[in-house]
Amino acid sequence: MQAFDFVAPTSVDEAVSALAAGGGRARPLSGGTDLIAQLQEGRLALDTVVDVKRIPELMAISISDDGLTLGASVACQSINANQAIRDAYPALIDSTHLIGGTQIQGRASIGGNLCNSSPAADSIPNLIAHSVTCHIAGPNGRRSVAAEDFCTGPGRNVLANGEFLVAIEFPAPPANFGAAYLRFIPRNEMDIAVVGAGASVVLSDDKSTIQSARVALGAVAPTPLFVQEAGDSLAGQPVSEETLAKAADLAREAAKPISDMRGTIPQRKHLSAVLTQRALRIAIDRARGTKTVDELGRLNGHG
Amino acid sequence: MAGTKQNGTGTLAANGQNGYKVIGTRPVRPDGVDKVTGRAVYAADVQMTGLLHGFVLRSPHAHAHIRSIDTSKAEALPGVRAVVTAADLPEAEDKVEDLGEGAINLKYLSDNVLASEKVLYHGHAVAAVAATSPHIAEEAAGLIEVDYELLPPVMTVDDALADDAPILLETLRTDSMGEVGAEQTNLASVFSHQRGDLDAGFAGAHLVVDRTYRTETVHQGYIEPHAATALYSADGQIIIWTSTQGSFAVRGQVCEILKIPVSRLKVVPTEIGGGFGGKINVYVEPVAVILSQKAGYEPVKIVMSRADVLAATGPTSGSNIRVKIGVDADGKISAALAELYYEAGAYPGSPVGAAANVSLAPYAIDNLQVDGYDIVVNRPRSAAYRAPGGTNVAFAVESVVDELAEKLDMDPAEFRILNGAKENDRRPDGLQYARIGQIETVEAIRDSEHYQSPLEGKYRGRGIASGYWNNWGGQSSATAVLNPDGTVNLNEASTDIGGTRASIAMQLAEAMDIEYEQVKARVVDTDTVSYNDVTGGSRTTFATGLAAYNLGRQLLKEMKSRLADQWEVAAGDVSYEEGTFSAGSESVSFAEAAGLVQREEPLMASSTVHPQDFGPGFSTQCVDIEVDPDTGKITILRYTIAQDVGKAIHPSYVEGQMQGGVAQGIGWAINEEYIYDDEGRLLNASLLDYRMPTSLDLPMIETIMVEVPHPAHPYGVRGVGEVNIVPPAGAVANAVFQATGVRMDKLPISPANLLEAMWAKEAEAAELVPGDD
Ligand SMILES: Cc1cc2nc3c(=O)[nH]c(=O)nc-3n(C[C@H](O)[C@H](O)[C@H](O)COP(=O)(O)OP(=O)(O)OC[C@H]3O[C@@H](n4cnc5c(N)ncnc54)[C@H](O)[C@@H]3O)c2cc1C
Repeated sequence: MQAFDFVAPTSVDEAVSALAAGGGRARPLSGGTDLIAQLQEGRLALDTVVDVKRIPELMAISISDDGLTLGASVACQSINANQAIRDAYPALIDSTHLIGGTQIQGRASIGGNLCNSSPAADSIPNLIAHSVTCHIAGPNGRRSVAAEDFCTGPGRNVLANGEFLVAIEFPAPPANFGAAYLRFIPRNEMDIAVVGAGASVVLSDDKSTIQSARVALGAVAPTPLFVQEAGDSLAGQPVSEETLAKAADLAREAAKPISDMRGTIPQRKHLSAVLTQRALRIAIDRARGTKTVDELGRLNGHG
Repeated sequence: MAGTKQNGTGTLAANGQNGYKVIGTRPVRPDGVDKVTGRAVYAADVQMTGLLHGFVLRSPHAHAHIRSIDTSKAEALPGVRAVVTAADLPEAEDKVEDLGEGAINLKYLSDNVLASEKVLYHGHAVAAVAATSPHIAEEAAGLIEVDYELLPPVMTVDDALADDAPILLETLRTDSMGEVGAEQTNLASVFSHQRGDLDAGFAGAHLVVDRTYRTETVHQGYIEPHAATALYSADGQIIIWTSTQGSFAVRGQVCEILKIPVSRLKVVPTEIGGGFGGKINVYVEPVAVILSQKAGYEPVKIVMSRADVLAATGPTSGSNIRVKIGVDADGKISAALAELYYEAGAYPGSPVGAAANVSLAPYAIDNLQVDGYDIVVNRPRSAAYRAPGGTNVAFAVESVVDELAEKLDMDPAEFRILNGAKENDRRPDGLQYARIGQIETVEAIRDSEHYQSPLEGKYRGRGIASGYWNNWGGQSSATAVLNPDGTVNLNEASTDIGGTRASIAMQLAEAMDIEYEQVKARVVDTDTVSYNDVTGGSRTTFATGLAAYNLGRQLLKEMKSRLADQWEVAAGDVSYEEGTFSAGSESVSFAEAAGLVQREEPLMASSTVHPQDFGPGFSTQCVDIEVDPDTGKITILRYTIAQDVGKAIHPSYVEGQMQGGVAQGIGWAINEEYIYDDEGRLLNASLLDYRMPTSLDLPMIETIMVEVPHPAHPYGVRGVGEVNIVPPAGAVANAVFQATGVRMDKLPISPANLLEAMWAKEAEAAELVPGDD
């Protein structure tokens, strides 16, 4: 690993200055579970690493009737240990439990997962399904973008020079809301998604009809993929395997994967449908109050 | 006091000899406390004043000529103390020498350590730097300019044997059982074992199954990366501290490569975090030595990264295998043919010879032919891996055997019992068996609660498979010092990978009728005892244990003789029972005797052994799996291994070997493989994408130790370390057939490969491939 400067500002403004001064050769550091590994392996070379974890806003969790605001650097473990989040956003825990193992979760953040902008990142399809808003600070002040608009390519996103992610905001879950994230990996741990699928639904009061739904896929395109047509196809439809299968077909069609060592095109297209349907089933079960996080943990391969 | 806690899951299927006091108990290992407290010194932990750090520059190409190497910029970087290339190694002769670990061409040995004219695989070492910090060394390596002339990569058996295949090694000629060919070739050697009348056997067969298989390159996956520290002193004496399966093997190879007499090199083995055959060849050791010399006689440490370990060390061969077996109407095998094409990697020496012996070893067959081909390809030089070559060929043979049993509507265990090899039957190469336990292992599985229990549910299946491993004797040296307080220091040179300090000390304790805790076993360096072969071939508890047994007998004999002198009786009149020496009215405890007999002269013993009569091992295994039909992912539901262990000295460590071999075999079966791009670059040189199983991927592995004592060892010991990895891939493949109806013809049976095979089967029925649009 090559030598670099390290700064740890305590305010958003200081961080913006440090990042802007460094140009492309300065990067924020949250948990470092991507950044340090990339520096070590020589996949990234930097002059300055800007640790943003001393900025209070980046480490804050605020949950109320209006929704949840997560500081960008909050570690997965802090989310897993927060009962209010587990109760209101059980599907978020699907991702925070999956990313790495116990040690990694003590450092890894959702903000880092989003800003690393891997097409296979395990939180991003989930954030899209949850209609999350990303709050950004930069030399020109603050701005916000929807999660589905954040990533622009493998390892690339909308952040401009000097900008960084401050927080992500989850809207309050509407009544009869349920969501889920599932990924497929060949092993049961320590793997990168061959395909990931995030889904959310809002059911009618009698829970027999889907009022609205959102579906997003990971690892099947240059960025995590919002499959709006799959969710739209479910709006107004009765909860049934046929309607879910139709949405799953649309997900398969939307998927534009490549073949690489982690998966082939036919396998990934097929899994897009399989996981979409399974994630939707769990989301519906959760909206109906019939499935717990722990059961899902088992489904996702945590013994 | 010897602990007797039964902490494994193992059951003993048959009891060998009884009446032991120490053997068969489960005492604490001598290295246990240091390992659980983190105090144990592994190779990367070696520290000393003035230590420099080495870094090896590796080829980014699979196949290229090296036109030139310019190291000037690296040498100019502040902090750099030495830069070396193959030019700093003595000229190696193009001749074959046996260094105790099988014959090897010295030029290949040297070229693998630092490439001279050509690089032959992605990751091949081309130069190295020593600097005051590891970061400077790495940065300097990046400044070395290597001018490569690229050549087309030759990655597989088929590539290598194609008519117009690019040639890897210019001087290589095919050796066909002693006859050397005239043409340049990538086919290093060919052999054939034949007996009986193959054609007649097949002609008379009631049923013949003939299939071909492909298995991929896999790595041993030891968790501790290779690391070595070398100190070249100004007086010419050299010390290497390294993690190795054989300190004498390191000494032999380094001395050959550097052309120095063995008396100038001392190799100190550190604790070792796994080897499985992959820590026999030297990689960084000779490089650290020449860096140390060139840097002005300062110590140099080189620690490999995980990526380097995967790219440049270890792996075992990928292979193409054909197996054809015929049976008569009763299910007796009438003829069998196996053709084994093994990829040796960059230099000749795949384990195809051993694979041929494994291939049909569990079966009694009159008419057979086994052909082997050793082929060079642009992958790392293959190294031994636990029962080298066995898993590949057993996957193929056991799949065919399972298909035969299925088509005959026979229980697969009964098929194996009907055809099972026993005493006086012959291995494929003709070697005749003494007393062996193959059929007993099948019976142990057949009669197990696991095999007898029903397996219900869709997409679930049960498979069984058998396997053989030859084991080894090898040479061992050890000394024992009797302390005046009645304890014994045992000095041996077999690297302790799986608890052998304990299992060897237990044999000395048993031989002397003392407590295990009275023996202090340690692994010493190459200057301290005489020559000692590697910890490999499942030989250590067997052969070094035999040396320990001899030491115990010698010490006792000498103690009796000295007591007899002191008591003024004939030596034969001194008896030793229940830890007490006595003659007439005289009687002393062992501890008192230890002091008494050394009042005039100290007492120690030494023993060297080279046992030729080592007993082979057999294993039969049973697995239940479930397949997710939508994803192709296999879940291992239950696993039972039965193995002929001779006599389990320390049952927990025997169970550990059995479980470890199965765990590695399952990884090989379902996920592990080297993945290359079209240019021959290794894509998955990390434990993220080289998918060994984690603890969450395996159930508890149930063990049945079948004890068929080996007649040629005082305690009946057989090697137990390797045969366990031979059957798993076949067992899993057979379970996959039961679960899905698909017979896999390749490894790994990864989700992607299994899904594709299930689609192909559906397409055969419906002519429709889902997802392919
Ligand atoms: C062993 C291991 C297992 C893993 N398993 C998984 C897995 O299962 N699933 C998965 O998705 N990932 C996995 N990862 C990757 C990684 O842990 C996650 O992506 C994690 O969420 C990254 O968060 P972090 O806080 O560590 O990010 P960092 O490494 O600190 O940062 C990641 C990137 O985001 C940038 N960044 C960080 N914070 C900000 C900010 N506030 N504003 C702008 N840019 C920022 C950094 O500059 C960097 O480019 C694994 C990593 C390891 C080492």
